[in-house]
Parts: sequence; C-alpha cells; structure tokens
Amino acid sequence: MSFIKTIVAGTAAAAFTLGMAATAQADISGAGSSFIYPVFAKWGEAYNKATGVKLNYQSIGSGGGIKQVTAKTVTFGASDKPLDDATLAKQGMTQFPMISGGIVMMYNIDGVKPGQLVLDGKTVEKIYMGDITKWNDPAIKALNKDVTLPNEPIVVVHRSDGSGTTFNFTNYLSKISKDWDDQVGSDTAVEWPTGLGAKGSEGVANMVKQTKGAIGYNEYAYVIQNKLGYSKMINKDGKVVSPSLETFASAAANADWKGAKNFHVIITDQPGEKSWPIAASTWVIIHKDPKDPKAAAAALKFFDWAYKNGKPEAKALDYVAIPDNVVKLIEASWSDIKADGKPVYAGN
Amino acid sequence: MTMTTMGPDAARDPNAATRRLQRQDRVFFWLAWGSATLVVVVLLGILFSLVWESIPAVRTFGLSFLWTERWSPAKEIFGALAPIYGTIVTSVIAMVIAIPLSFGIAIFLTEICPKPLRRPIGTAIELLAGIPSIIYGLWGFFVLAPLMQQFVQPFLIDVLGPLPIVGALFSGAPYGIGMLTAGLVLAIMILPFITSVTRDVFQTVPVMLRESAYGMGMTTWEVMRHIVIPYTRLGLVGGVMLGLGRALGETMAVTFVIGNAHRVKASLMAPGTTISASIANEFAEASGKLYSASLVELGLILFVISFTVLALAKWLIGRTESY
Repeated sequence: MSFIKTIVAGTAAAAFTLGMAATAQADISGAGSSFIYPVFAKWGEAYNKATGVKLNYQSIGSGGGIKQVTAKTVTFGASDKPLDDATLAKQGMTQFPMISGGIVMMYNIDGVKPGQLVLDGKTVEKIYMGDITKWNDPAIKALNKDVTLPNEPIVVVHRSDGSGTTFNFTNYLSKISKDWDDQVGSDTAVEWPTGLGAKGSEGVANMVKQTKGAIGYNEYAYVIQNKLGYSKMINKDGKVVSPSLETFASAAANADWKGAKNFHVIITDQPGEKSWPIAASTWVIIHKDPKDPKAAAAALKFFDWAYKNGKPEAKALDYVAIPDNVVKLIEASWSDIKADGKPVYAGN
Repeated sequence: MTMTTMGPDAARDPNAATRRLQRQDRVFFWLAWGSATLVVVVLLGILFSLVWESIPAVRTFGLSFLWTERWSPAKEIFGALAPIYGTIVTSVIAMVIAIPLSFGIAIFLTEICPKPLRRPIGTAIELLAGIPSIIYGLWGFFVLAPLMQQFVQPFLIDVLGPLPIVGALFSGAPYGIGMLTAGLVLAIMILPFITSVTRDVFQTVPVMLRESAYGMGMTTWEVMRHIVIPYTRLGLVGGVMLGLGRALGETMAVTFVIGNAHRVKASLMAPGTTISASIANEFAEASGKLYSASLVELGLILFVISFTVLALAKWLIGRTESY
C-alpha cells in the first residue's frame, strides 16, 4: 500500500515540477501559412537548441491563421496575403514580412526539359483565361523559337483550396492584365475561367507530374523536390530570368517597403533586371495590445533572432531572408506593440 | 419503511426487492429514452446550426443561390448550381454503372453461384465496403486517372464525340480527372451497399414460389424476370436509394478525382465539383462571413437532398418487409 502511495506521490510531484518548468518557459504559439511552415520548423528547432524556448506553429493555412490570431487563441498569425489597413486598425493588430520566396510555373510537356520553356505574364494570363489552349499556340512559339512544342491541349492546374500562393499568383496576373483584374481578380481563391483544381501544393505538384500537357503554379521548393519542368519568365524589365534565390532576392530588394503602410507590398512584378516576376512574402500578424505581453515579447524575441541568425536555414530551403534595411524598419515598428504604455520588447 | 431496507433486509422483505427492481427498471427506462432522444436532439441541432450559419448567404442571394453558376470568392458572388449539378451528375453516372453490376452480382450469388464460391465472393464484396474512402481517392488519382487520360477518354472522344446529341457528353480535352472518373470511383464505392441489400431482399422470396417456378420449367432468367424481381421491387428501389445516398455525400474520394472546378459543362470529361468536395476544399480558408455562410448553405442543401433520399429508401424498404 505504502509502495503505491510513494509512486503516486512521486508522479504527482514530477508532474508538478514539469508543469512549473513549462510555465517558466512558455512556448511561442502561432498559426497560419503553410508557405512559411518549413522555415518555421527549422528555425523553431534551432531556436529551441539555443534558448530552450519552443515554437508551436500550426500550419493550417493563411486564412485559418488570421482567424486564430484575431480570436487571440495564438500569439501570432502568419499569412501570405497581407491584411489591409482598415482590418488591422479595427482589430488593433500590426503586421510585418518574415520571409520571401518564389512561385514558379511548372509543366509536363513531352520533350521539353526543365528550364527550357520561356513564358511571359501575358501568355500565362491567356493560358489561365482559357484563350490559349494548345502548346503549339503562336504566342508560346514566338517566345520559344528553338523548342519543338507538341500540338497537345494545355491542361491548366490551379489550387482548389484557399491559398496564399493563389493570392500572389492571381495578384501578378491582375497587374499584367486589366481583363484578369476585372473578370477574375486576386484572392486566396478565385473564380477560375478554366482548368482543374488540386488540393494543396503537393496536390498541384502531383497533378502536373502525372497529367500530360499540364501547367501549374507552385512554390519553388515543390518544383525542385518533384524534379518537374519549370519555365523561365520575362520580367517587368523585359529580361529573361530563371527561378533562383538570386532572382527572388532581387524582387524582394527592389520592392518599396519603406513607402508602404503596414508593409503592405506585394512583391509580384517588381522592377529590376534580375527580379523574378512572381515572388511572394509571408507576413506575421500580431496584436498591438497583446493579451499576454510576455508571450508577445517572447515571440518578438524569436523573430529578432530569426532575422539575425536564420538566414542559412532559409537559404537551404530556397527562401529569401528579408533584407537587412527592411528588418531595421520592421524592428522599429515593434515599438507600437505595447502593454501599459510601454513596448513589450525593447530589443537587444 | 425507509430506504435502509437494502441488503439482507431485502431478502426478508419481498416488497423491498420488488421496489428495488422497479427503481432499476425506471432508471433503465429513462436511460434508454434519453439515448434515443439524444439522437433526435443532435439531428435537429445540426439542422438548426446549418440554417443559422447560412442566414447571411440566404439573405444576400435568396433563392437564386440555387441556380447561379458563378462562384467567385474574390468578388463575393456565390451560386450553388455547379456543385449541385456535379453532385447529381456524378451520382447518376455511379448509379448507371453500379445498379446493373450489383444486380448481376446479387443474382449470381443467390441463383447461379456454386455453393463453395458463394462465401468468398460475398466476403470480397463486403470488404470493398470496408475500404476507407481516401484509399479510393488515392487509387482513383494515381491509377485510374492516368489510364482514363491515356486510353479511355481519347477513345470515347474519338468514337462517341462526333455523334449528334450524345457527342456533347464526350467532347473536350482528355484531362484524366473529371466527372466521369469521379462517377466511376463512386460506382465502385457504392457497389457493395447495393449488392448486399439486393442479395438480402432476393432471399426474402419464399422458396416455394421460386421452386414452383423452376418446377414449371422456367429458366433462371425467367424466374428472375417474372418472380424474384417483381416480388422484391420495392426493396430493390430501397437498396438503390441507399447507394445513391452514399454517392451524394461522398467527399474524400471525389475531391481527389473530380477536378474541383465551379463550372457547369455538358461534357462528362470536364472537371466539375460536388457539394461535399467544395466544402472540404474551401472551408478552412474561407475568409469573410458571406463565403463561409455560402459553404454552410451548400451543406444545408446536401443535408436536405440526402435526407430526402434516405427517408424515401427507408420507407420503400419498410414496405417490402410488410408484404
């Protein structure tokens, strides 16, 4: 009997100490974008090793992340579509970019190697509008004089679920074409004039991989992992660019972060000779008057650490870190996140 | 006489024992009642919350929601025509394929099949019912869809496409996935349900009737045609409706292979969407009140359709049993 008692008491004590340890070093809780998830996973691991603080990030999609942070069930949300100024003001929230990356046109055409095809915004828009339906269309031929294109129908693939990737892609098409902007618009889900819908980034990659004549848009990482065909693009300056960290970084660097309120800059179709035309960013959204100031401070400390130390991890995963001059602007904006009139995180 | 007459006292006092049993019975009575009521309460609760959550969409779009094809989250215009159309078309394709097959299997199992084979074949069909729907989805996407794109659809487009009227159903590019492929996967999924109900109702035909028919020199086909099927007519309809109910609500498998496009196209090769596939795809990311409300209203429509079909099925099956 007393033996059992000892065990019970021991377990209770252990549980109690564990509980204490957990409260002493609270986890950072966040939810949202799946675009940024691989980076957050790596950063969270490294940060936990360095400081003992855990990052608990749920990759539930940008829309879900916005819902959760608005309801204050998590400390921060992450979204590939920035919130507009009115929404931020109404909810008392602020946002800043965390990472950038590239969206790439992937294809599956017999006899056309990865990186061989060149497309421009107009052509991609016409394909997604359903105006160009065959791979040997004169408009595609004109851009690819040395490539033999088959007389095959183009199978257009898009995301069927709401997605930040879709938002950035349709934002690019809206900038390219007024028709697209009027008829379809840009959002996390739109009314597609043509094509097949596939669920998630993996879904699009798989659909393109096994459907002859398919074209789809996807995050760069998925294209590389699946060894699929990807196209070069003609950018705003009229130059042909390949998808790479360098061209994504050029798009992020050339964006006008300074002039934008709440860092509301969509980095598609940016100027610059080397800029990749369909680049995207993920924003962190956080309350200005946090329910739990300590948790908010812990989150900001993590973001500060990530801006300063997280570049190699981001690069290894083909994401582009936010340029240093922009990080300065972001960290200055953190003085708005206050509790009792004082900024929750003073920096170091 | 107080409550203390438990235990050894009860043995001495038969009245107390009776009262104890009565009390037990009353508790049991109310527990059973409660369980049964709970189901009804949950059902009504689901219905109520569907209605409640869809109010913003109902207010904005009214009845025209039912026949509007546009579904534009960016412009906040929502119409349910494409998902309703897709749900009905895929289910009809599934029924057209599954009904003759199921009846064939059931007839084979009850009338023709040699005794030793009856159990293995019957079990194999019942096992089909146990496969999770996501497995059907994966199989449809990775195995069936490429086969459809490379062989079946080009053949259908070349052979049936040029025909008048019917040709419209088989025109366009071979995508591999689309309403036809979704209907095929659904057919395989509902096959075991229709088969098992059909087999069961076939067995309700009195042996005397059947044997006398055979005794008069009728062939198996004639026995089926003139004795078994007329006798079990209503039960068969019930079994078919049960399959239909499942086909209407199937989500995962369909989402994989239908192509998820909010469009109404005559061609069966074209990608489409169903009510449940739209909800599964879009609900997690639906931002804005009107968007989620429209998805919930889709759910309400599916609830009404499935409920009607299942109620009709139950009623028909019930009528055969009372023969």
